[in-house]
Amino acid sequence: MNAPDRNPPPGIGAGLPHESAHLHVAGKASYIDDLPELAGTLHAALGLSTVAHGRIRAMDLSAVLAAPGVRAVITAADIPGVNDCGPVKHDDPILADCTVLFHGQPLFAVAADSHDQARRAARLAKVVIESLPAILTAEAAAEAESWVLPPVEVSRGDAEAALTAAPHRLLGEVKLGGQEHFYLEGQVACAIPKDDNTLHVLTSTQHPTEMQHMVAHALGWRVHQVTTECRRMGGGFGGKESQSAQIACVAAVLAVRTGRPVKLRLDRDDDMRITGKRHDFTIQYEAGFDDDGLLKGLSLLLASRCGFSADLSGPVNDRAVFHADNAYYLDAVAIRSLRGLTHTVSNTAFRGFGGPQGMFAIESVIDDIARHLQLDPLAVRQINFYGDSHGEARNTTHYGMKVEDNVIAPLVAQLAQDADYARRRDAIAAFNAASPVIKRGLALTPVKFGISFTATFYNQAGALVHVYNDGTVLVSHGGTEMGQGLYTKIRQIVAHEFGLPVEDVRLSSTDTSRVPNTSATAASSGTDLNGKAAQAACQAIRRRIAGFVAERLGIADEAVIFAGGLVSAPGFDATFAAVVADAYRARIQLWDAGFYKTPKIHYDQATMQGRPFYYFSYGASVSEVAIDTLTGEYKVLRVDILHDVGRSLNPAIDIGQIEGGFIQGMGWLTTEELVYKADGSLATHAPSTYKIPAVSDLPPVFNVALFDNANVEDSIHRSKAVGEPPLMLAFSVFFALRDAVAAALGAGARPSLDAPATPEAILKALHGGTL
Amino acid sequence: MSQRPIHFYFRGAVRQLEGAAPSRTVLQYLREDAHATGTKEGCAEGDCGACTVVLGEKVDGQLQLRAVNACIQFVPTLDGKALFTVEDLAAIGQPAGTGLLHPVQQGLVDRHASQCGFCTPGFAMSLFALYENNPHCPSRSAVCDALSGNLCRCTGYRPILDAVPAAYAQERVSLERPAVLAALDEMAALPALDYSAAGQRFIAPRSLTELAAARLAAPHARLLAGSTDVGLWVTKQLRELGDLIYVGAVPELKTIRVDEKGLCIGAGASLTDAFEALIAFAPAWAELARRFASAPVRNAGTLGGNVANGSPIGDSMPGLIALGAQIVLQQGDQTRRMPLEDFYLAYQKTALAPGEFVQAVLIPPPPAGQLFRTWKVAKREDQDISAVCGAFALTLTDGIVSRARIAFGGVAATPLRARATESFLLDKPWCAATVEAAMDVLENEYTPLSDMRASAAYRSQVTASLLRRFWLENGGAAGAPVRLADVETLA
Repeated sequence: MNAPDRNPPPGIGAGLPHESAHLHVAGKASYIDDLPELAGTLHAALGLSTVAHGRIRAMDLSAVLAAPGVRAVITAADIPGVNDCGPVKHDDPILADCTVLFHGQPLFAVAADSHDQARRAARLAKVVIESLPAILTAEAAAEAESWVLPPVEVSRGDAEAALTAAPHRLLGEVKLGGQEHFYLEGQVACAIPKDDNTLHVLTSTQHPTEMQHMVAHALGWRVHQVTTECRRMGGGFGGKESQSAQIACVAAVLAVRTGRPVKLRLDRDDDMRITGKRHDFTIQYEAGFDDDGLLKGLSLLLASRCGFSADLSGPVNDRAVFHADNAYYLDAVAIRSLRGLTHTVSNTAFRGFGGPQGMFAIESVIDDIARHLQLDPLAVRQINFYGDSHGEARNTTHYGMKVEDNVIAPLVAQLAQDADYARRRDAIAAFNAASPVIKRGLALTPVKFGISFTATFYNQAGALVHVYNDGTVLVSHGGTEMGQGLYTKIRQIVAHEFGLPVEDVRLSSTDTSRVPNTSATAASSGTDLNGKAAQAACQAIRRRIAGFVAERLGIADEAVIFAGGLVSAPGFDATFAAVVADAYRARIQLWDAGFYKTPKIHYDQATMQGRPFYYFSYGASVSEVAIDTLTGEYKVLRVDILHDVGRSLNPAIDIGQIEGGFIQGMGWLTTEELVYKADGSLATHAPSTYKIPAVSDLPPVFNVALFDNANVEDSIHRSKAVGEPPLMLAFSVFFALRDAVAAALGAGARPSLDAPATPEAILKALHGGTL
Repeated sequence: MSQRPIHFYFRGAVRQLEGAAPSRTVLQYLREDAHATGTKEGCAEGDCGACTVVLGEKVDGQLQLRAVNACIQFVPTLDGKALFTVEDLAAIGQPAGTGLLHPVQQGLVDRHASQCGFCTPGFAMSLFALYENNPHCPSRSAVCDALSGNLCRCTGYRPILDAVPAAYAQERVSLERPAVLAALDEMAALPALDYSAAGQRFIAPRSLTELAAARLAAPHARLLAGSTDVGLWVTKQLRELGDLIYVGAVPELKTIRVDEKGLCIGAGASLTDAFEALIAFAPAWAELARRFASAPVRNAGTLGGNVANGSPIGDSMPGLIALGAQIVLQQGDQTRRMPLEDFYLAYQKTALAPGEFVQAVLIPPPPAGQLFRTWKVAKREDQDISAVCGAFALTLTDGIVSRARIAFGGVAATPLRARATESFLLDKPWCAATVEAAMDVLENEYTPLSDMRASAAYRSQVTASLLRRFWLENGGAAGAPVRLADVETLA
């Protein structure tokens, strides 16, 4: 590894607590619904469709309008601007217009004096909808060739010929369920009218700029009339990237209509019915391989359920295609990606953004190959890894990007050793041979995840840094805080640049009137982009202060050092505050904006070839599970993780992301089951029926370590992005469960196990695929 | 009983509240009326724990502190109790204005246990109750039990568990109990609550006699106990409940006693207390009790409520029916009793007559040598509604099944005995062949439905599988483990 800068600079790399931790624990961290309401604030609620697909024949809202406390009711016809909140394609109505496209689609909105009055009023509508045939699943969409976006094909070499020539061939199919974000704070926005046709929108969003644009479009206004602001979200996970727009737009339209502040906070059940989720996929493959399990040719079909509109389904499915290699070199490969239009909620961004689905596909293929050949799946995984970054062979992806930072082989070798994989594999085999009811399983799975927005233009960020003349610092930047610790890391980066303790640096809310044209805080890129932008702003200010001091002392600028709260030079030592006060009087500009754009990346959307990613993050995990063959119930017994975050900016926060991502991924693949009824309605729309991991699901033995590495690219202090990659570490749980089922079925079995692996799915797999 | 405002202890003093509708939730009161927004709404159905608060009551002369979900508690049920929220913690054991955090809060900060922070106040309150109730650091499993009703989507829970020993490592602080007890005594001297607002009446009788009279006088009124189900009728279905008779202030209904007639649990006993007694009576209840809803739901909910609600998926009934429990009903000064299984007539329809209420559940002493197990099967370990809940009580005489009672929930419109299977087992030798044959009978005994929790086929299969598990745990296993709970990593 060429590892520049092996020692982290001081101040960087400290495991500081989250900047709001002391507020979180005291109930003093304010979320939008906690902010004091202005006098006259109205509360909104939505009226929802009870049909999956149909034509609105009549909508009698007189009882809604007459209900106690009601001040306004709006339908699509009352939206002054464009009735659309789609982030890419304009196919996402804010309120249904003539046609209903999914069960739960908002039809109208009501504003009343209280939240309770608004919710009660919304149930009084008399709506007649003529039902039309509905397409509800990815398979049905594929059969009907019903697409939100056209199919995409990416290939390298001649997959068909390679399959024909391969010593072994396998066909397989697996279904992979969707996932509800279940951010603990539901969707919420509060729109406050200001003077001269302007609006201030407080919105729980990962994408303030897009909210600003959507609100302006909905109102028929220009963008500078709208300010959007977010101090913190109670969780996002991708669910507040585009999905917050509908909420902000409804609040905004009602606020402008009534001239009063309007807050729209969704009830949990409404939130789960209305907002998009992780795309569920049906995966089919044909693989050709040799006696060792080395892939020779692969044909892969990735069919997703996108829902009624495009939303972010294009880039989500693109990322699935880009990640269909995971950590493996695919020599001759043909991938077909289907983007099914269905009459269900429009699926959206969710931590991993399609990457997990593509990676799950190839992991299923590799697992099947190993079971077919009766080899240890780890050996088959290792033999298929990308080759040495510095060599000539096996190190270019199917989209034409050379893998220049590959550490997967040493990382996996270290984890296998630390977790005692080989010995436990033998011990489990011995246990299973003597245990007819309880079976154990073990799996080690790798992660390689590409970092950058695939839409190159999003890879930019801005920051605004104020140094006040008492030496304190206020930072604004384009990233949003959803719990991931972005503000904490930015605070450390800024404090480091000025040589200040973090207490002297405060982060302000993310506000489009301070930093414009921001990108979504998504794609794990928050710190990479905004950290560099904030650093650039700090460096510009620091250069001016250094120049000011150097000129006074008659020395070179470079001789001025910022450290330990002091500004120092040979023969000079003064507090930062004192120097800043002097600099202010000398009319030195003490604030500045910073800008950053990720270098090196480029990619041709038409051919899907290029370098969409600045670098890759790596990781691997080992999971041991036990299943009860009587009921299909199971327990995760032990998990070991080794993960690459480059040079960590804050190990406490990075480990928090790794653990939290892993458990969230585990939920996706185990207990979190989205069930739709035959009429297209979602049956699991509350935590009583949709089960995210709870405290007892935490594995009793859970070892997490950071891999000693530094980013080969010039990222912020050589760190690596950490938001999304750890989610895919949870594959090891799924494949350990599959291993346990296989142990019950006998040698060579390829269990028919779909995800999520609920107890019922496990029991079904134990019974050969049917109950 | 007299008309008066609701009285409760809050922020260091007895507060009086009037004008709030009786079905206004404690969470609505806190957030919208008291502008105390530290307590969050995550689901408004008692399933996420973001709204966790702690209630104080005087029990046997001591202050009992228990975590409950504010989102499904109605404000008049606070009457005579103490309410603690996350905003109260920092002041406990500290001189005012120091700004120091409570040890459980500091533990959460030190172990990096908050990310987005939205669930954190709820965790802090569950941990506060745990901390106050345990002078020494509890085991990991006890901590998991206490947190079974708190969901976190960010951290994956490890740092939250680590925060507990970190809290205990700090200098211990304690709530000033005498002041709270004095306030509770002061409120106990008030007459029973008869509260009306927004056209709705809420009465809280203080004795069985008062309750019986009130029930006869207003047979149309809704009986309210822990509101862990009725609360959702308001927050989710937006139903108008009409007048309410609250059973939570009747001391006789909370009594639990064991004598020669068996175990008698008052209908108003909390599930927490009821399960403690049931486990002492028959240890096999322990696993079910741990998985039954969550700690805050068990603290608020009552055994009488679970039984009277008549839901086909109530988890206490299969075990109670298998143990031959009787339900005791009271109307005026008359009581009658019947086998619990006879109480359920049809889907959500019971034998309760107008003016009648559930007074107690009576479990007879077990026959000598009775084997008993009760299990639930669900997608998740903590706080999940059962796909299937089953119970088996078998008595063997010289290796022959001399008595069999089997009951299931989740497989029919009501909790239901498996009478065909019971008959099949009777007088047969307790052996693998009998079990195999009985499993065939049991698999076909019920015609369950498919829903979001499980398919009909899965339910039928698991129903039979639980009989095999019962056999394996009671004579059939040949040394290998048969329970996940017994399995640990092969380190």
